[in-house]
Amino acid sequence: MPRHVAVIMDGSARWARRRGLPASSGHEAGVRSLKELVELCGKWGIRILTVFAFSSENWSRPKAEVEFLMGLFERVIEFELQNFSREGVRISTIGDSSRLPKSLQKLLNKAECSTKDNSRLHLVVAVSYSGKSDIAQACKSIAHRVRDGLIQLEDIDEELIEEELATSCCEFPCPDLLIRTSGELRLSNFLLWQLAYAELFFSEALWPDFGKAEFVEALRSFQQRLRRYGSRES
Amino acid sequence: MRFFLRKTMETESSVTGGYRRRFTGFLRKCMFSVLSMGPVPNHIAFIMDGNRRYAKKRNLQLGEGHRAGFASLMWILGYCYELGVKYVTIYAFSIDNFKRRPNEVQVLMDLMLEKIDELLKEESLVRQYGIQLYFIGNLKLLSDNVREAVERAMEITAKNNKLVLLICVPYTSTDEILHAVEESCQDKLDHSQAVKQTNGSTDHCNQTSQEDHEHDIKVVDIEKRMYMAAAPDLDILIRSSGETRLSNFLLYQSDKCQLYSPAALWPELGLWHFVWAVLSYQRSYSYFEKKRKQL
Repeated sequence: MPRHVAVIMDGSARWARRRGLPASSGHEAGVRSLKELVELCGKWGIRILTVFAFSSENWSRPKAEVEFLMGLFERVIEFELQNFSREGVRISTIGDSSRLPKSLQKLLNKAECSTKDNSRLHLVVAVSYSGKSDIAQACKSIAHRVRDGLIQLEDIDEELIEEELATSCCEFPCPDLLIRTSGELRLSNFLLWQLAYAELFFSEALWPDFGKAEFVEALRSFQQRLRRYGSRES
Repeated sequence: MRFFLRKTMETESSVTGGYRRRFTGFLRKCMFSVLSMGPVPNHIAFIMDGNRRYAKKRNLQLGEGHRAGFASLMWILGYCYELGVKYVTIYAFSIDNFKRRPNEVQVLMDLMLEKIDELLKEESLVRQYGIQLYFIGNLKLLSDNVREAVERAMEITAKNNKLVLLICVPYTSTDEILHAVEESCQDKLDHSQAVKQTNGSTDHCNQTSQEDHEHDIKVVDIEKRMYMAAAPDLDILIRSSGETRLSNFLLYQSDKCQLYSPAALWPELGLWHFVWAVLSYQRSYSYFEKKRKQL
């Protein structure tokens, strides 16, 4: 079983369009898929689940849709906070939180604090996140430490860079399996450094249609793959 | 009689073979003309996976699979050139591959030397098509003779401008980013030293904080120092042999590109896989252009 699964939850708006519904209905249906996935991950011993809820590029979507999504995040987290504690789910967020509404920032802080000791499943929500910006801020942070004399140039290595990435809050920062729904074959600026050796699985299902059967298919595919990390199997 | 018949058949098959090749070439050119009416990818990258499995499948020696892979690369390069792709990047050797058995690493390094020599000959594709060779990666990890050959190849082809072939050896994306950070930090340290020496010690404290702010490391400084700064944004990343993972290749550059992982082993990758990858890119391109116009 993979220790860390990452998901690009794509296709909610398309799902709604196909049914003649507004995009908001698609996103609400998407929340139900996420709840089911969180439950399955907890049950099957997956330790970390990272989900791409909102990318930095998504800020350029129509204002109404962005506002709806921010409101949806707040409602869902507020509602699920007690469930998280009961089910041992620890929640963390990664991304540029300064762009989020103040009320959502406050709620996310509260959620992170109140669930930090939960240990059954670590749910990492990427909001206003960009993989490139994540790498860039890690590099800048290291550069500042060199400039300020806190570390030497020779001390910089890949491990140090990884420790500066937003995912350093996780026990295993690098996903073993990345799932992207809706049939799109791209990473869309998600966890670029961290996906160096991840197995990629592309599901044709739109995110609100991604359920237990589709998740099992992704896990089966992962289990059949031979991971060599550049060397040869003996 | 049997010999005569065999010779006749060989002559006929080389004649018909020749006609078949010309006809296939004509069909291919027609297909590419149609494809180039849509958006043509500017930069395609390949993870050339499956050479050894190909050799095992056909009971060949270890090096023969890689040789077959090289032949496949020449075909693919030809298709890219004909379609109008300007940049091709290939994952020739990962830093992780040094973990393989020493004799396999040596076979690969020897093959690389052999192929660099071939590529620089008059009749090679590189000369015919005007391809510039660019070796990307931590070249200090190569043995002296390979590094010299690599540097010579880059020098000889520096003025070619029809297509740029970026050969990643030995390379990993995380090493590339690490190198870019180290170089950027070194640049800033060198600059700070120079400024302090020029300004003297009296205004040192005030000037240091102001200078530090103005010359703070920015993202563009780091991106400028990446090995892949020589190439534009990546449009398509193709990995052969059906494996769907990046294996530490072009992580920073693949944020928006189209991914494609055909099941064919690298020496088996052909025209139809190439055409499919471009069609898939064109379909996605229209979708994203439409989305962009809606915003």
